[in-house]
Amino acid sequence: MNSLVPLLQLQNISVAPKNAADRLLVKQVSFSILPGKTTCVVGESGSGKSLTALSIMGLLSKQLRLTSGQVLFNDGESGVQDLTQLDDAGMRKIRGAKIAMIFQEPMTSLNPVLTVGYQIGESLTTHLGLKGPALQSKIASLLSMVGIPENRANSYPDELSGGQRQRVMIAMSIACEPCLLIADEPTTALDVTVQAQILTLLDELKTRMNMGMLFITHDFGVVADIADQVVVMFRGEIVEAGSRQQVLNNPQHPYTKALLACVPDAEGKKPLQPIDYAWLAESKSQTQMQNQEQA
Amino acid sequence: MTDILLQAKHLVKTYSQRSGKFGFATTQVRALDDVSIELKAGKTLAVVGESGSGKSTLARCLLQLQALDSGEVLFAGQDLAKLDGAALRQVRKNLQMVFQDPFASLNPRMRVGEIVAEGLLIHGLGNAAEQQAKVIAMLKRVGLSESDMQKYPHEFSGGQRQRIGIARALVLSPKVVVCDEPVSALDVSIQAQILLLLKELQAEMALSYLFISHDLRVVRHIADDIVVMHQGKVVEQGQIEAVYQRPQHPYTQNLLAAIPGKRALSA
Repeated sequence: MNSLVPLLQLQNISVAPKNAADRLLVKQVSFSILPGKTTCVVGESGSGKSLTALSIMGLLSKQLRLTSGQVLFNDGESGVQDLTQLDDAGMRKIRGAKIAMIFQEPMTSLNPVLTVGYQIGESLTTHLGLKGPALQSKIASLLSMVGIPENRANSYPDELSGGQRQRVMIAMSIACEPCLLIADEPTTALDVTVQAQILTLLDELKTRMNMGMLFITHDFGVVADIADQVVVMFRGEIVEAGSRQQVLNNPQHPYTKALLACVPDAEGKKPLQPIDYAWLAESKSQTQMQNQEQA
Repeated sequence: MTDILLQAKHLVKTYSQRSGKFGFATTQVRALDDVSIELKAGKTLAVVGESGSGKSTLARCLLQLQALDSGEVLFAGQDLAKLDGAALRQVRKNLQMVFQDPFASLNPRMRVGEIVAEGLLIHGLGNAAEQQAKVIAMLKRVGLSESDMQKYPHEFSGGQRQRIGIARALVLSPKVVVCDEPVSALDVSIQAQILLLLKELQAEMALSYLFISHDLRVVRHIADDIVVMHQGKVVEQGQIEAVYQRPQHPYTQNLLAAIPGKRALSA
């Protein structure tokens, strides 16, 4: 029964630039993530996917501000916490330890002058106080867990391939056994065969460690492979949310339908159909008018 | 019997790479290892493979942007490697390229009108008024407007920049266009627009595309024939339908199995 208690609940999250508080980049976004399940956030660039993820972590850039909403986090130990109310010190205890994040670019998110072993060890020392041989053996076991030979701990990021670097990023993120993993387009920069390996690895780790996963992507193929729940975002708003089957096989919102229609299929049978934004805006204002009439 | 417009025979290209401590040693990397391909007139040939498989090197070598170690590139029966600068420039009119990164491949200090017109200027095609008219017509054809000529690349979105790149390549009415991952930097919705535009233009202008991509879903939609490259070698080639239905080489089978979204289709 415990698995039905949401790990993370976003409630009416809105993000706006500090100097233009009425220009909402993320509008009233609400969804939840269950332990051991993957929630995929899908959308085009500029739809607010990454901002939503960053606002969970409290990592929004200085020009942006969370204008409303709560991020309720329940790790099953310290009760429900609203992450937006935590101070910097409190947030630092959660980041990396309870909630970890993987970024898109494995090339730019690793420090080029430190060995990968050192970088994996950093959060272990910070959060768990591991040192010396205990630290080394933990690093080795993490590396083998993500499929990298243990002797690679002394390698520098430039000595590894793109896929291996992303594996190192994953090792770093799961080092403290977080209960929530946020992955922001982790496979976009990778080759398709490597992508398949990384997706399988993440899926295995999620199950083995009973992690909740927030997976941000623009690729419906990836969604189909990895998601339990799907959230579709368009211009800062959630237009549709539901289970993978619902959203992929029976999309309701015109935008979801349009977005699915422009994904090329591997059989090449379905004709490509680009999104007609003018039509979409029209149908949107029509539904708004209908809603107003009903109200 | 279709005409073969561009043919590459036994291309070999080796890079030397620094290796060992402090880069004192060098190792030879075979980027192209006996690669032979044929591009038919009016058709699209896709070149697929992972990063490092030699796809982009092949493109650059075909256009003589990079010297080959051995092998020959025949365009309409002429060996491009044997042509001198002036003669090669004449042929290049017919061989154009669309690049992957729409942000890096447009000069930020030039106006869009100048970028698109540059090829016409270099090849001295027509007088100023004719060039102007051609540029405007081309921009309109790719979905931009006349007023966009005065703007700079940074004023456009990624998809619009790729349209500018396409206009620049097509304004010379080339026969062959090499597209090096033209849609991989774009959102899937924009990607669909650009793919459809490329297809329409191919039919209108009788273009032949060499389409380099790592996305097998995209390739399936645009290509007639396919070449699969792995570590500088061609491991499989043939008609697209045949290769997708019955991949022979284990590497091709791997690539096809790695296409995301299989689970949804079976579910």
